[in-house]
Amino acid sequence: MEYIAIVIGAIFVNNIVLAQFLGICPYMGVSSKVSTSVGMSGAVMFVMTLATVVTYLIYNYILVPFGVTYLQTISYILVISSLVQMVEIILKKVSPALFQALGIFLPLITTNCAIMGVALLTVQNEFNLLQGVVFAISHAIGFALAIILFAGIREHLDLMDVPKGMRGAPAALVVAGILALAFMGFAGLV
Amino acid sequence: MAKKESTFLNMVLTLMIVTVVASFTLASVYNLTKGPIELAREAKRQEAIMQVVPEFDRLETRMFLPVDGRDSLEFNFAFKNDELVGVAVGTYTNQGFSGRITAMVGFYPDGRIVDVVHLLHKETPGLGDKIEKSKSDWSNQFRNVDPREFSLRVKKDGGDVDAITAATITARAYCDAIQRAFSTFVANLTIEEGGLPL
Amino acid sequence: MSQLQNFTKGFIKENPVYILLLGLCPALGVTTSAFNGLGMGLATTFVLLGSNTVVSIIKDLIPSKVRIPSFIVIIASFVTIVQLTMEAFLPELFDALGLFIPLIVVNCLVLGRAEAFGSKKDTLSSVIDALGMGLGFALALTMLGGLREILGSYSLFGYKFIPGDGMLVFVLAPGAFIGMAYLIVLFNYLKKKTT
Repeated sequence: MEYIAIVIGAIFVNNIVLAQFLGICPYMGVSSKVSTSVGMSGAVMFVMTLATVVTYLIYNYILVPFGVTYLQTISYILVISSLVQMVEIILKKVSPALFQALGIFLPLITTNCAIMGVALLTVQNEFNLLQGVVFAISHAIGFALAIILFAGIREHLDLMDVPKGMRGAPAALVVAGILALAFMGFAGLV
Repeated sequence: MAKKESTFLNMVLTLMIVTVVASFTLASVYNLTKGPIELAREAKRQEAIMQVVPEFDRLETRMFLPVDGRDSLEFNFAFKNDELVGVAVGTYTNQGFSGRITAMVGFYPDGRIVDVVHLLHKETPGLGDKIEKSKSDWSNQFRNVDPREFSLRVKKDGGDVDAITAATITARAYCDAIQRAFSTFVANLTIEEGGLPL
Repeated sequence: MSQLQNFTKGFIKENPVYILLLGLCPALGVTTSAFNGLGMGLATTFVLLGSNTVVSIIKDLIPSKVRIPSFIVIIASFVTIVQLTMEAFLPELFDALGLFIPLIVVNCLVLGRAEAFGSKKDTLSSVIDALGMGLGFALALTMLGGLREILGSYSLFGYKFIPGDGMLVFVLAPGAFIGMAYLIVLFNYLKKKTT
């Protein structure tokens, strides 16, 4: 039962982008097309889950026993950037097309606050490893949901007559705001 | 660019040096700030305790494991002139809308609640943050309440607690924290004898 | 570019948040009040100053291939210093900013400046760039925080000027997005006007 609460909470109620404001940079950058959004979501899901697992292990089996929890920020970000490098290398070999499409956004996953955020939150919420994995995957799904929804809307928005001053980022942000408003309706779910 | 061998060595050496210097710096800063951090936390804790128990001149602290939950609760026994006047329990819940909420619940020796004050939370500003005394009187409804007669659940769940408008989850979580404090209190202390540990 | 131009570019022309669209996460996440926005802005400025300075001093000693990891370690160290110092001496701000303090390390602004300036330009320019960009960031966050606080809590820097709850939506997520959208429009306009 608790796992369902984690899943629903992460995807809808506490959506990583629309409620917790994490992952905004890639959100704004990649969401102009549905296809790149899907690709980005996949990469994020992979990195997020792996990063959460590794950082969880590092925190609980190295940082805490040695009393050096102040090294949390450094160790986490190093793990995440290494993982992203790995994903880049793998992606180049396995799917060059997707690699091309994601372009500079791949290294940007390193600075994707969502990955770091979820890793930090897992430890903060005192989950065990399995709960942490579920938490990470759910948040990745939440990210995917937000970004793909957004991309769908943006593809239409680009065809509309937006006032000149609002074109691009401002219009996109207003859409995000309305989406956030909509997602607030999920608050009573859990 | 240098030859491959030296490049590799340079890279490894640089990274090692940078990391070692960084770690040393951080360790020193950590040692410098450890004291003040402890002081700040202790001051906060003391302030919370003073808000939820009657006047005291001596504190004794013991930890008890709650029936449900992994973390122990901190029981602060407040004495005045060597007589127990109240117990301030540091409790928590992980069911807040935005995660963990910690609070300090003060009990009279007979188990009635003196008052509840929040410690840490990340609830929504304007909604869930009404658990804060500075934001709303909502948490005053727990004053002088006897949890054996007053059900510590929100009215929606069949209890006696008025929920916070549009922030039922937060209210429910706060009740969970208070209930945890009370259950642990009852499980470990004998109320009839004036609240001395079993 | 003169040092004066270097310093002031971060305020309007190249404002990190509203023109360069960097550091959006903390900009949206902590600006529930002007004070929080200012606090985060200054904390980030400290990290920027520290990392840009260190990077520009040792830039010739770092092999190109490991510069990003090295920068990251340096930045992360300064962030940890800010974390520890805040927890010790500014506990209320520390609690208010919460998760977003360690997240300064992934603020694209910080790594971006280290890469664009710290590793390429001289130390003085890097320091001034860091100061200008940092203060521009602080300005951006304080403005958004102020806007959201005025509309959402009828107060500014904690000083309440009308009793009552305010338009809550501004203190919540939607308000952040929408507030930022219009501030971007404002800054784009200001940028055009001052060029």
